[in-house]
Amino acid sequence: MKLIFEESREGRGCSILPPCDVPEVSLGEYERKQELHLPELAETDISRHYTKLANRTHGVNNGFYPLGSCTMKYNPKVNEEIASLKGFTGIHPLQPEHTVQGCLKVLKLAEELLCEITGMDGMSFQPAAGAHGEFTGMLLIKAYHESRNDTKRTKMIVPDSAHGTNPASAAMAGFTVVNVPSGSDGCVDLEKLREAVGDDTAGLMLTNPNTVGLFDKNILEITEIIHKAGGLCYYDGANLNAVMGLVRPGDMGFDVIHLNLHKTFSTPHGGGGPGSGPCGCKDFLIPFLPGKRAEGEEVLSLVGSEKSIGNVKAFYGNFLVVVKALSYILTLGREGIPEAAKNAVLNANYMMYHLKDLYDMAYDEICMHEFVMDLGRLKKETGASAMDVAKALLDYGIHPPTMYFPLIVHEALMVEPTETESRETLDEAIQAFREIYETATKNAEELHQCPKTTTIGRPDEVKAARHPVLRAEL
Amino acid sequence: MGKYVVSTEKEQQEMLRSIGMESFEDLFGHIPEEVKIKGELNLPHGRSELETFAKMEELSEENKVFRHIFRGAGAYSHYIPSAVKSIVAKEEFVTAYTPYQAEISQGILQSIFEYQTMICELTGMEVSNASVYDGASAAAEATAMCRERKRSRVLVSATANPEVIKTIKTYCHGSNTPVTVIPEKDGEMDLDLLKEALDSETACLYVQQPNFYGILEDCDKICALVHESGAKLIMGTNPIALGILKTPAEYGADIAVGEGQPLGMPLSFGGPYLGYMSTTKAMERKLPGRIVGETTDAEGRRAFVLTLQAREQHIRREKASSNICSNEALCALTASVYLSVMGKEGLQKAARQCTSKAHFLQGKLSEAGLTLKYEKPFFHEFVTCTPIPAGEILDKLEEEGILGGLPIGEKEILWCATEKNTREEMEKVAVLVKEVCGR
Repeated sequence: MKLIFEESREGRGCSILPPCDVPEVSLGEYERKQELHLPELAETDISRHYTKLANRTHGVNNGFYPLGSCTMKYNPKVNEEIASLKGFTGIHPLQPEHTVQGCLKVLKLAEELLCEITGMDGMSFQPAAGAHGEFTGMLLIKAYHESRNDTKRTKMIVPDSAHGTNPASAAMAGFTVVNVPSGSDGCVDLEKLREAVGDDTAGLMLTNPNTVGLFDKNILEITEIIHKAGGLCYYDGANLNAVMGLVRPGDMGFDVIHLNLHKTFSTPHGGGGPGSGPCGCKDFLIPFLPGKRAEGEEVLSLVGSEKSIGNVKAFYGNFLVVVKALSYILTLGREGIPEAAKNAVLNANYMMYHLKDLYDMAYDEICMHEFVMDLGRLKKETGASAMDVAKALLDYGIHPPTMYFPLIVHEALMVEPTETESRETLDEAIQAFREIYETATKNAEELHQCPKTTTIGRPDEVKAARHPVLRAEL
Repeated sequence: MGKYVVSTEKEQQEMLRSIGMESFEDLFGHIPEEVKIKGELNLPHGRSELETFAKMEELSEENKVFRHIFRGAGAYSHYIPSAVKSIVAKEEFVTAYTPYQAEISQGILQSIFEYQTMICELTGMEVSNASVYDGASAAAEATAMCRERKRSRVLVSATANPEVIKTIKTYCHGSNTPVTVIPEKDGEMDLDLLKEALDSETACLYVQQPNFYGILEDCDKICALVHESGAKLIMGTNPIALGILKTPAEYGADIAVGEGQPLGMPLSFGGPYLGYMSTTKAMERKLPGRIVGETTDAEGRRAFVLTLQAREQHIRREKASSNICSNEALCALTASVYLSVMGKEGLQKAARQCTSKAHFLQGKLSEAGLTLKYEKPFFHEFVTCTPIPAGEILDKLEEEGILGGLPIGEKEILWCATEKNTREEMEKVAVLVKEVCGR
């Protein structure tokens, strides 16, 4: 397919702006001499170009999207409409406070409800994505130790099963990362954890359910070990969809968390953002939160704290994403929040149960909202890898599970169906997995050729990295 | 109550039974009782779609939408063509995840590749990433790109947007990087103090062009000074201004970043916005975040993929160039559709109108009694001194449905004009200002 630049024809364009109604000003030596190439196209050309691109994109509304650890649930339309109300989109972030009371109420209400769901006491919406929330949480822990002049606490404990953003976020906050190995059950190895803590422990980063989809039963003991050593416990909210309304990070001993509103709270991912990664914490950490929070009773105002870690971005975060998440929480309410979690877990267990006679499960026990398949044996016996199975799913119109994560399981496929899928969709996917398995045992070579029905076959990634072409030549 | 769960209760029971369970209690039986919530959360009861919409609409109506806006300071009111809104609302784009599976994500990947090309065209730089969270975090990430073992100090001009300065400081505190703010002198960065601050330990300088007060800094000289000392120059620029302004590449900048919101994103109380980042070929492997590259499939067909991933957190973990994972892809798409609809001519027209109208407004306000604080070349923002408290002027404008400039001192206002402001509107502002000043 052509690039938009290749469709450009000299002299074409759209008429958007009227002629200038004031005398024109030149900025002389401050003006550019470098040529500027932008496409010259009529509106029809542009519309069709992007429709073609949309047709080459698979979203949640195109089909099943069981991408583990990404919680690709349905994105309700009403939330999109609410977020496009002029009363939200047309508001300048630096308007006088009495003219933005609605926005401030959104922030305050969202904070209250999310604190109730997570067992936290305060929350900042400034972080724009999950990793941004992690970084913020790390800075909170750093600020806490600094405020107590406890500067020897430089080490952040991260399990080896953690998402890559965890160690990267800890490093960005200046911590030395200490990796602790997981036990054979995929959970934190308590003995190894005890050996790892000391008076240099700043904290621990953990998800529960963990990245293999299991609920770590020792969670209270884990957080106690960290607290006794003088560290703080950070909860990565990536997997909250499994337990919201049932278990709260705050009750498991966590001091600071981030949430992914674009996973758990149904806001769309937009092909890789914008997300929203609010950072929540217990009372004693609230003064360190970034940016300003909406406070007050009748009339709200934006209040910052002197001890704040500062800003992790401008203004108050990805506000419209918060609007969508709030709409979702209001719709579900106290009944719907746990119901979503229960069905997310049911759907995952249903799929796992109906696949485990063929595929090896990395951990064959009741899973939470996702499960990890281990294709090591299949690969050894047939030559068909996790990648091959994933690519074969594309020909069934199914977005493959997360591949090769977590790193502690080789040939991993991580499946997260979410609660917004029907039994029929799950059955079809189960059937697809089973057929692919059969093909693998009969003729693995066929799988190496997949996908066959997509607009392109497997791209040459080595060539892309070795000879990077990162922009069009114009 | 509202819900998006698909299965009926009966279906749920059947599914439970098919996996050998009687109830949800069995499914959650392995979770220790002591951490389970007793009873229900203290949340409002769920509602229907109609009720949620009504409640949220009511909240939106508690905000005041200004029809006439003369305030910028990091968020700008530009006209957004209808095609932009309708194209970026396509649900394939909206509901996709990061394009990990290239074969079914060519649309998103190509759109990012086109975006990267357009950002390179705007800034004149050679390489762009797929976006970061906003202009402030882009500036902060850029400072991290410049840090070397022997060069770790970051310099920031005091004339940059205060939100950006604050964000750079926060990120740098994280990495234990020292930051020095170079003070302002007559609305510009003090070049004498810059010269003093630049030394063999300086990693980089961040300067904003046009700066927070709208003024065009002497970036030729700044770039020469910075490079003489062996440090890198990071320029923060307004992407609409780049339609006509000298590019960061023409000045010799090493990294160009900025707030992409003016390119088709509504004000939205501060977000979602778009952080763009571009740099030289020499520094491409230091860029944070996603980058899309062109390649081919086995049949030689053009294909796009996420590439140079060895920089990223999922491979390098604690040694990654940044922790960024999700970025602002849909906002990047918005920017590229905006730039396609406007085209070169449209963008230049918008930029020209911004600066022309700002100069017209400044002239009118001057006649009305608000003097220009800095006699310096400016783009579409400028600071005036007011004979009476700024608040009195802004209150008067607010009564007439006009959001005036941002008060930045008791008697100082930072104004902004864009292509949206009409001559009639600006003349009205001047009349109102004159009226309130003359009372």
